[in-house]
Amino acid sequence: MNLKEVLEKYTPVIGLEIHAQLNTKSKAYSTDVNEFGSVPNTNVSPTSLGHPGTLPVFNSATLEYAVRLGLACKSNITKEMHFDRKNYFYADMPKGYQITQDKTPICTGGEILIKGDNGKERSIELTRIHMEEDSGKSIHDMDPFDTLIDLNRAGVPLVEIVTEPVLKSAKEAYNYLTEVRKLVRYLGICDGNMEEGSMRCDVNISIMSKDATEFGQRVEIKNMNSMRNVAKAIEFEIVRHAELIAKGEKIEQETRNFDASTNSTIGMRKKEDAHDYRYFPEPDLTKLVVTNEYIEQIKNSMPPLPNDLFKKYVNKFNLSEYDAYNLTDDKGIALYFEELITNTKNYKSAANWMMGSIKSYLNQNALTIESFPIKASTIASLITIIDDGAINNSVATQKIFPVLIENPNLAPLEIAKENNWIIQNDSNELEAVITAIFKANPEETERFKNGDKKLTGFFMGKIMKETKGAANPKTTAQLINKVINNI
Amino acid sequence: MKINDTIVDKIANLSKLSFSGKEKEAIKSDMSKMLDFVGKLEEVNTDGIEPLIHMTKEVNVLRLDVSEPMVSQQEALKNAPKKDSTYFKIPKVLSK
Repeated sequence: MNLKEVLEKYTPVIGLEIHAQLNTKSKAYSTDVNEFGSVPNTNVSPTSLGHPGTLPVFNSATLEYAVRLGLACKSNITKEMHFDRKNYFYADMPKGYQITQDKTPICTGGEILIKGDNGKERSIELTRIHMEEDSGKSIHDMDPFDTLIDLNRAGVPLVEIVTEPVLKSAKEAYNYLTEVRKLVRYLGICDGNMEEGSMRCDVNISIMSKDATEFGQRVEIKNMNSMRNVAKAIEFEIVRHAELIAKGEKIEQETRNFDASTNSTIGMRKKEDAHDYRYFPEPDLTKLVVTNEYIEQIKNSMPPLPNDLFKKYVNKFNLSEYDAYNLTDDKGIALYFEELITNTKNYKSAANWMMGSIKSYLNQNALTIESFPIKASTIASLITIIDDGAINNSVATQKIFPVLIENPNLAPLEIAKENNWIIQNDSNELEAVITAIFKANPEETERFKNGDKKLTGFFMGKIMKETKGAANPKTTAQLINKVINNI
Repeated sequence: MKINDTIVDKIANLSKLSFSGKEKEAIKSDMSKMLDFVGKLEEVNTDGIEPLIHMTKEVNVLRLDVSEPMVSQQEALKNAPKKDSTYFKIPKVLSK
């Protein structure tokens, strides 16, 4: 088989492990500050430094955040669990083990809904979600002689979200990551920043013949610091596997590192005693018991979830999937829209305002919706006065909106009145304006009267200028014809 | 249980320790004795008994999510065998 045939005959089998740092105030098992970007080795305590005689005490927020995530993914929440020690020797984990959940993960099962390769919604089945702690950071490239250790991150709470091997392409993996990031941000449990490492992803990948019943040899890829790089690593790895199969060579079980400078993966040195972590139950932390009351309490305090909002916008508000996707992509935008639609029922117009004037203002000024000056209720009243016919849409977007940006406390209707931007339905007044304009432009008027209809635009412009855009265009057009016939 | 060289070598490697021939013999004998002592427990029939993980019946000993400064950077680095004013220093882990 050549490479092309292998790529056609084989299908990728991909599973992802995501580590999400929980944005609690303090660490998982000690009270040191949990914060990214602090001066190295300042967010530390005897516990995270691994000093003898220190004992961990579990942070209740870690449990709460993990349950929130589990409920959002429709996972089974484990009712009784313990922690386990994962033993390994590495300088960025000074106590010599990681406190994790091996045997009794907080969540089992569950799903994340993504857009599949065929464009349809697809459920990505989760194996488990468990709680654990992060390690410190080793810095290999700053000092020529030594590796530097920063323990600020040691003990930061993590959830690890593991999928079943069900993803089929780099694009699906990318879409899955997008959905997970959106979800943890909506839940307010993680800032989902892959570049800063608050969300990290390991890929398990193999390719299997479409008529085979067993998976091919699996490889793990690490060290991708963006969603785009995860997709690139998968694309590279699929071709690498296919090439090996085409050549009749064996795929080694190994861990590979992604190299962003070459968009390729490189095999890491194989550890001789790989994966002998000698797990055993953590004796320093008591058993955890999650009651139904506790779960109910968290259920009742859940924020709206992106997927629920998406479905509401499409099914109940009849917005397009495109609009619904853009409205729910960012939590802040969705919450603003939710507030907007408590004050207006013109959902389409509300969506247009969000995606049009508001988003372009935010983009032009590099702002997030949180710092947008105009209140949602004010935009809603602007929509209402357009719908009432008091002003037209272009006056609203081009004239009133900029005034509101500068003076967010003014009422749209007052602004319109003060500037004479209210659509004039008073035809006597408008007739007088039109008559005056005809008199002031005798030559054009003569030609217009003799049937030069191209001049309609000329007069329309003059009238709009005179009335500052407040003339109702439809009425104006009718009146022009009426007045010209009487001249 | 008999402790052989393979087991000692494996455990030594995982613990980042190394033993000379004489030390290895001593360790083998010590570890075998320890295991024999604990092995006494094997005589008890534990069929159908849930493993005992915690010695206390207490559950959910949790703390509120409140951060408290614990030690200064200077204090944190104080006992490190090698350091600068900011970092712990350890032998190079990755060679590039």
